[in-house]
Amino acid sequence: MTSGALLWERGAELPTRTFGPVTRTILALYAGGSGDHNPIHIDSDFAHSAGQSDVFAHGMLSMAYLAQYISGFASAGGLRSWSVRFIAVTPVNATLTCSAHVIGWDESCGEATLALTVRRTDDGKRTVIGEAVIAP
Amino acid sequence: MIDRRFIGWKSEPVVVEVEKGQLRLFAEATGETNLIYFDEEAAKAAGHPSLPAPPTFAFCLFNLAGQPYSYLRLMGVDIACLLHGEQAFEYLAPYYAGDALTLATEIADITTKKNGALDLVEARTDAINQRGQLCVKQRTVLIVRNESKL
Repeated sequence: MTSGALLWERGAELPTRTFGPVTRTILALYAGGSGDHNPIHIDSDFAHSAGQSDVFAHGMLSMAYLAQYISGFASAGGLRSWSVRFIAVTPVNATLTCSAHVIGWDESCGEATLALTVRRTDDGKRTVIGEAVIAP
Repeated sequence: MIDRRFIGWKSEPVVVEVEKGQLRLFAEATGETNLIYFDEEAAKAAGHPSLPAPPTFAFCLFNLAGQPYSYLRLMGVDIACLLHGEQAFEYLAPYYAGDALTLATEIADITTKKNGALDLVEARTDAINQRGQLCVKQRTVLIVRNESKL
């Protein structure tokens, strides 16, 4: 993706990107890939016994999707710092849409600050919010 | 409620090697499409010495070092009651397959919300490469649900 056509002015909306559905297979792969073997994400029996209706996705899987999304607007290595809050769990088989808008532009160092949101595509409910500083 | 004496607790430094196969599995699991995370030749063509670690991989290092949830176990937390509340990264230097990172975690704060129903544990972890360069700073807030108060 090229960032040249984008205007880094406050309020500018960046194109959205959709990831998923987050299947059980993906959750199993992510458990192995991340080393996070918490059974709440991969074992329905365990999830039920913990009072959950089913397994739910690792928060860090959504953050990995967000990383790919914002890296599409940054130069190589241009993601400087970022933080997110996980505000709702992502149920298994959900599809997620990442969106962002510009909330700041520092001309002197060529860095933009973005507000980030991940929503469930089915009901629009927000699952992750955050901010990132990138060099486009 | 988690004992507040754990505020200021510091882990022993843990060394973890960044492995190519692990990076490829992580990239596959996260639906990554950028070849630099799979193919060493593509990574080198893009100016990297080897496969680079993707931005959120640093969070995995503690688990991959064979010490998942070490401080939570120490605190007596049941992982069935665990939620990830917040996560932040600050990147100071890239790191690659073949690097050995030293991790050090400190419990920065423990607070209580919702009348004791939730404990929030804030941990800060620095990852330093084999040349002594600080690569990534992380801040993690874990939420522990205290079932008896819900």
